[in-house]
Amino acid sequence: MEYLPNIIFLVVLIAGIGFFTKNVKRLSRNIKLGRDVDVSDNTSQRWKNMAKIALGQTKMVVRPIAGFLHIIVYVGFIIINIEVVEIILDGLLGTHRLFAPLGTVYDILIGSFEILAFLVIVAVTIFWVRRNIIRIKRFIKPEMTGWPKNDGNLILYIELVLMALFLTMNGADYQLQQMGAAHYTEAGMFPVSQFIAPLFDGMTMSSLITLERTTWWLHIIGILCFLNYLYYSKHLHILLAFPNTYYGKLAPKGQFKNLDAVTAEVKLMMDPSADPFAAPAEDEAAEPAKFGASDVMDLSWVQLLNSYTCTECGRCTDECPANQTGKKLSPRKIMMDTRDRLEEVGKNIDANKGQFVDDGKQLLDGYISREELWACTTCNACVQACPVSIDPLSIIMDMRQYLVMEESAAPTDLNNMMGNVENNGAPWPFNQMDRLNWAKEE
Amino acid sequence: MANELKVPTMAELFAAGQKPEVLFWVGCAGSFDDRAKKITKAFVQLLNRAKVSFAVLGTEESCTGDPAKRSGNEFLFQMQAVTNIEVMNAYGINKIVTACPHCFNTIKNEYPGLGGHYEVVHHTQFLKTLFDDKRITLEGGQFKGKRITYHDPCYLGRANNVYEAPRDLIRKLDAELIEMKSCKEKGLCCGAGGAQMFKEPEKGDKDVNIERTEQAMETQPEIIAAGCPFCNTMMTDGVKNKEKEGAIAVMDIAELMASAGDL
Repeated sequence: MEYLPNIIFLVVLIAGIGFFTKNVKRLSRNIKLGRDVDVSDNTSQRWKNMAKIALGQTKMVVRPIAGFLHIIVYVGFIIINIEVVEIILDGLLGTHRLFAPLGTVYDILIGSFEILAFLVIVAVTIFWVRRNIIRIKRFIKPEMTGWPKNDGNLILYIELVLMALFLTMNGADYQLQQMGAAHYTEAGMFPVSQFIAPLFDGMTMSSLITLERTTWWLHIIGILCFLNYLYYSKHLHILLAFPNTYYGKLAPKGQFKNLDAVTAEVKLMMDPSADPFAAPAEDEAAEPAKFGASDVMDLSWVQLLNSYTCTECGRCTDECPANQTGKKLSPRKIMMDTRDRLEEVGKNIDANKGQFVDDGKQLLDGYISREELWACTTCNACVQACPVSIDPLSIIMDMRQYLVMEESAAPTDLNNMMGNVENNGAPWPFNQMDRLNWAKEE
Repeated sequence: MANELKVPTMAELFAAGQKPEVLFWVGCAGSFDDRAKKITKAFVQLLNRAKVSFAVLGTEESCTGDPAKRSGNEFLFQMQAVTNIEVMNAYGINKIVTACPHCFNTIKNEYPGLGGHYEVVHHTQFLKTLFDDKRITLEGGQFKGKRITYHDPCYLGRANNVYEAPRDLIRKLDAELIEMKSCKEKGLCCGAGGAQMFKEPEKGDKDVNIERTEQAMETQPEIIAAGCPFCNTMMTDGVKNKEKEGAIAVMDIAELMASAGDL
């Protein structure tokens, strides 16, 4: 019976990590549903971007208040993981404060965890106020109702509870250390929880131990639950921001990729010596079945990774000229729709023994309307604004390509423009022979 | 116009066995749009004044394909691009200057993948080097102390990180350059990009150019400067909508420089 807590801990740990691993596998499977794209170039620049943008949070601080608060939560999260390592080892080995022999270093570690935990509570409270009391505009857009709204708040509640448990645990521990309780070696520095400890004055040693153990268990179980919550939440960004910034676009923002399949056909059309009746080579027939994208499988895996990385912060939508002037387009919604549809496709595959069975739905129309797609000015404000290198514009463009090249469904005005370009070499109905008239006019 | 414009074409120079320093890519707006033609002429005045050896393609120029590409018609874009590249490569063109950020972006970034490799500069970058090299100087100070705000074209700014060349030129005018609340990386679109110029906007509270014009007007400018013929049109429309065309002028950087220099 002596080892029962250790065994229970091991079981809980395996269950938590096991379930997480299962979800990571599903995540990776879903992302790989996207078309392949070669992003093996410029590795040094990519590492630099990841270090700067994800690790260094350089794009978060473009908005100083949110940026500063985010850095507190971010640093708190990173540092607290050292504490989690100790907790896990303690749980497995049945020890208490295993790292205590580190002495002064340990004191400093615990002290800084405490200060960070306190700052995280402050930051999270301000975040909650911004979302729910001040109701900052980007958090109350139409796409931010239901789950996205609750998800945002739930994360704040969980972080608040985890930090509170951590500090209560330390407070009880500190009290027990003062009382000289066996097992509770004097270790650590408690700049914050020493102010909680007086609340426990008058409690018996055994009830203090119960309190300390309860908060300890709740803290670690809470962390494992949070780990598994990630997959279902916008909070997945704490993991995916890193690969996402690594694979982010390196070309100038204005450069849109040239479709190779089209290049091949255009070259053939322009080549006077080409045999017009030549049958396409067998392997070329296997080229993309369609131009552009109407569903998630037509997007690249980087675009799908983008959708899972989106934190729904809405900075993109906030900067979007179409959204600012009341149009339906919201780049954030494009990303959320892509993820929702991808999740739906993933569930479909899970339910059908690994095969996707047509469900009569698709990203286009089912999630993203044509009105949204045509409202985009391709100005790249959303791309610039994203703190984790997401490119909503690339999805909009791929879907426009599908509309135009597969469905011939451009707005009439644009069809006229394209007709003019085709016939006159200008988007307006002017004769190409008049192109130099300006030089002769008055 | 006092001086007659000298606008050689590539075909003429080629026939005479000459090759210009730079090809001036005029673009569709600069060729056909009445307002944008003024920008084209102002830039040519500056080129003539600086004795830059340049040429235009004239009737051999065609749409770069930018509006086709950005509305999703990759076929049409590539057809246009390949045709233009064939023409330019036949003339052995190395350097291109253009007053249109859309042409600039497309030729600079998207043509290389289709076989068109050129050094492409925006006319504000080119003018800046002309001034820096003293090939052209400013006399007269009609803009001295004037409040000028500069609207960043998306395809010049965010798309290609050209923020300073146009601002440096405005500073040369001894004018007071006032920034809008959304500028540089955070610049707000004029509403014309992505082929929006050629269609009605989607339903909303207001048009993008009105929003942008309001931002510009908050700086109480005498002049709204732009570096793009499409932005110019959109901002001009916005100013007209606000019935401020008597008080606020919308001008391209090239027009500012040409008229400041008392050319």
